[in-house]
Amino acid sequence: MNRVLVIRRDLVDAMVAHARRDHPDEACGVLAGPAGADRAERIIEMTNAERSPTFYRFDSLEQLRVWRDMDAADEVPVVIYHSHTATEAYPSRTDISLAAEPDAHYVLVSTREPNRHELRSYRIVDGEVTEEPVEVVESYMFAHTGADDVPDCR
Amino acid sequence: MAVTVSIPTILRTHTGGAKSVEASGSTLAELIDNLEHEHNGLKARLITNGSLHRFVNVYVNDEDVRFTGGLDAPVSDGDTVTILPAVAGG
Repeated sequence: MNRVLVIRRDLVDAMVAHARRDHPDEACGVLAGPAGADRAERIIEMTNAERSPTFYRFDSLEQLRVWRDMDAADEVPVVIYHSHTATEAYPSRTDISLAAEPDAHYVLVSTREPNRHELRSYRIVDGEVTEEPVEVVESYMFAHTGADDVPDCR
Repeated sequence: MAVTVSIPTILRTHTGGAKSVEASGSTLAELIDNLEHEHNGLKARLITNGSLHRFVNVYVNDEDVRFTGGLDAPVSDGDTVTILPAVAGG
């Protein structure tokens, strides 16, 4: 697994827009991508069943549907994102203790300031948090992420 | 009685890496005991103090067992049980 999150700009913009739209409640969702590729391709905004400014939880039946859809399309949750509306874009103790997708990148967006957002990414495995750089790309072509239509030479 | 249980990534250490296993039981509680018999350690990841973990979602077919009786939820031959860790945080 790469030690960096390489992510297309339109997906970054979509996560931030979702966070702004749901502020002051925490927004949450998934970026799905092909299994084994570590490359996010599409955003799936999820309902925050808690509708809270300090807590989020995927609605359980929505999560079942989304997880089944991803499985059927041979996709995985590459990124699990949520927003913090009054604190920094760093995983809370709750975020860390509940993180249960060891292969996912956990992205945090902070909407505490109206004129600027913070977006950071982390791996959370066995209770340990490791921040990773976020590399925003215009397209995955030439980004060495292995998309099918990429004339990359590795 | 054969029930297919789908296992999330984080629990596959208890099933030797298998993402799907077979088990039997007529209630979820029985099914989990049966799973524990074959896959030691799985029950403790699902149940604390006699109840299902708050942040583990268990579904029988398309229903969240929180609405169908929890550990007493009935399970039948041919059912699919899906376990998904809740995605949550603060």
